[in-house]
Amino acid sequence: MSEATLAAAPKAGAAEKKKGGSSALVRLLRYSLVRLVLLFVTVVVGVYLTILIANMGGHVDKIQRGQIRESVDQAFAMNPQFKALPEAQKLKMREEQYAIQEKRLGLDKPFLVRSVIYLKNAITLDLGRALQMSSDSGSKMVKNILLERMPATLVLFGTADLLLFTLGVLLALSVSRKYGSTIDKIVVMMAPTSSAPGWFYGIFLILIFAALLGWLPFGHMVDAPPPDNKGLYLLSMLKHMILPVAALTMTLLPIQIYSWRTFFLIYSSEDYVEMAKAKGLKDKDIERRYILRPTLPVIITSFSLLVIAIWVGAPIFETIFQWPGFGRALYQAIGLYDTPVIVGECVIYAYLLAITLFLLDFVYALVDPRVKVGGGQGRAG
Amino acid sequence: MKLKGTFKELLRYPSAIIGLSIILLLIVVAVYAVVSVPYDEAVRLWRGGKDPTTGLDIWYRNPKYAGPTWTNLFRRDKLPETIVMSTAEGSAEKEVFAGDVNVYTMTFPFEFEAASFASDMVIFFDAKFTEKKPHVSMSWTKPDGTVVRVADLGVEKGQAFYFAQDAKLTKKLGGVAPVKALFAVDPAAQPPAVMKGQYKLEVLGFTFEPDSTLDAELIVYGQLAGIAGTDHLRRDLKVALLWGTPVALSFGLLAALGTTITTMLIAAIATWFGGWVDALIQRITQVNMVLPFLPILIMIGVFYSRSIFVILGATILLSIFGASILNYRSIFLQVKESGYIDAARAYGAGNWRVIFRYLLPKIIPMMIPALVTGIPAYVFLEASLAVLGLGDPSLPTWGKAISDAQANGALYQGLFYWVLEPAVLLILCGMAFALLGFSLDRIFNPRLRGQ
Repeated sequence: MSEATLAAAPKAGAAEKKKGGSSALVRLLRYSLVRLVLLFVTVVVGVYLTILIANMGGHVDKIQRGQIRESVDQAFAMNPQFKALPEAQKLKMREEQYAIQEKRLGLDKPFLVRSVIYLKNAITLDLGRALQMSSDSGSKMVKNILLERMPATLVLFGTADLLLFTLGVLLALSVSRKYGSTIDKIVVMMAPTSSAPGWFYGIFLILIFAALLGWLPFGHMVDAPPPDNKGLYLLSMLKHMILPVAALTMTLLPIQIYSWRTFFLIYSSEDYVEMAKAKGLKDKDIERRYILRPTLPVIITSFSLLVIAIWVGAPIFETIFQWPGFGRALYQAIGLYDTPVIVGECVIYAYLLAITLFLLDFVYALVDPRVKVGGGQGRAG
Repeated sequence: MKLKGTFKELLRYPSAIIGLSIILLLIVVAVYAVVSVPYDEAVRLWRGGKDPTTGLDIWYRNPKYAGPTWTNLFRRDKLPETIVMSTAEGSAEKEVFAGDVNVYTMTFPFEFEAASFASDMVIFFDAKFTEKKPHVSMSWTKPDGTVVRVADLGVEKGQAFYFAQDAKLTKKLGGVAPVKALFAVDPAAQPPAVMKGQYKLEVLGFTFEPDSTLDAELIVYGQLAGIAGTDHLRRDLKVALLWGTPVALSFGLLAALGTTITTMLIAAIATWFGGWVDALIQRITQVNMVLPFLPILIMIGVFYSRSIFVILGATILLSIFGASILNYRSIFLQVKESGYIDAARAYGAGNWRVIFRYLLPKIIPMMIPALVTGIPAYVFLEASLAVLGLGDPSLPTWGKAISDAQANGALYQGLFYWVLEPAVLLILCGMAFALLGFSLDRIFNPRLRGQ
């Protein structure tokens, strides 16, 4: 959606410029476009680094050669035409086939060229074929396997992110109102509990609510077999989401409330807040206009770091809850030593993180008035 | 002087005291682990497998999936512990009547007071002979005086008789599993109740050669074992719990130290030199943000090495250009404008002298809390990788124990101790450093104390 708006951005920008005006919208769009281009360059560099790491010592090449050999050998074994041929000739033909296939995939070229070929493939999401895994629709393409699992991950982490953001802001605001009270002390005390990651609390929650009490399922996304009715399916999914979302909230909410409360406290000691209080404005108005408004950009920046941290933890988190998402695919790929899936996952991850950063940057630009007024902000950071 | 003051102030915070004492305790445990079980021994024990001298598994005396023994303190109906009796070690009686045929009488008397059944029962034989196998016949006496003929068989070195798997014995006991039937008041009852009291296994052995020997070892496997319990390979979890401590502490500390110090140094260099150096470092930080940290570590673990040192190095490299570099940078930017830096320039201090003598010391109060608070993340990272199956292949660690538990469905089977013990240690370690770090932060950065 945002990409569509952005595609229109340069045209709109040019048109506005001709008129000599420079409205806030144009600045916003220009800012977003600059960010998008920068992020794309970042993704390209990131993916290239991933490929370099993956192919250190020719590891990926070796795997590719092995794959070529296997498929050629298999083709020979399956084809009855070759059965009658003498062994020596068959061997020679096979060797030729290996060479042809390796040349076709660019394996004979120097590493620098090969890495660029791999980079181009990775950027266009041409991630090759999986060795063992296949998607539910039966495809062996790594892209299909991974993208097919994306919705499950997005639903789970999207819900958790939304919950964390709203709960975090609301609770932090209400705690900042009562600085030094018991509840504030509890928040300060609880903050260190965020040092344990989500999967860790997940184990405890599963132990209590699934193993001991039996109220909630151990894992998975829906009951087995999945209900036919759409409403029931949704209900079943909600039931399965309670524990993972609770685990993420448990681990991240304390530190979130603690640090955002600190921001709010810093900003609520500003002179203009005192002034507003002196004017006799209502507490609610002061909070909304004089505290929340200026802190929002800071909060969004800290939130974007949090969202990235949650994303990156997905492989282990989804494994603990057996959530059939994008992260668990990596765990399964490790078990099967499915190298193309592992490399592909890293590439898609880079995209995912960049898109997350871009969306949050866009929201940042929406709430930070300096972007719209100053315009110079686009190149900073 | 200043350090002493900080320490004194630290003791005013209860959370800091709790954190410090836990850390101290963990250090003591770590030292004890390294001293009591040397590294090679720990690796050998954790690897398990056959003992080259006896030919038996090195953990054969432990039951599988056994909880820790101290849990019996909280139970009214006690669970059985493992009973081991060996004639070779003198914990069971052996009498020999020499003659044409040597006759051995070996008796294994034991009390069984638990409220539930043993998990398994095995008798291992050790016999020496050249041609004619020794022969044994076993009989079982219950507390009420009932006698059951168990089996007659020829034995050799390393032979074991598994009560539970003997089809003849099962048939004789009316189709009830022998380990239950031999201990039950009424084997036919549902559910069968345990008969408490004095049991006795008598083994009558015959050797047919003058220099033949015969020894036997009876193991009644309980449902509890050791201070920490055992896993699916009969390994004592104590090894992993003990050795996990030094591994977790050193991994966390080294990773946090390596990351924080390099990050700080790079931030200082970036701000001091400015220009393209600064721009480059900012770009690298941005690229690093889209590099997926955990998946790349996983890739390294799968493709190259699972050694803890490789993972440590990769962790540090990938975390150097983290978001904290931007924090440090903004502070250095302020410091750079201070008057004393100008003064240093005026007396002719070089770039590096300014960086090391004037810029870096200024940020240490910010760095120390960040360093301490950063440790738990790395401790848990090691555990996370282990849970994904990418732990160091030879080291016993907390994460490895959780990983094994997870892979064997410990939570489904109700084997909570297996998950809880390493998990509690992990959270203790994580919380201790977090508590200390947060207190340090409040001492060094008293931004909000005056309010």
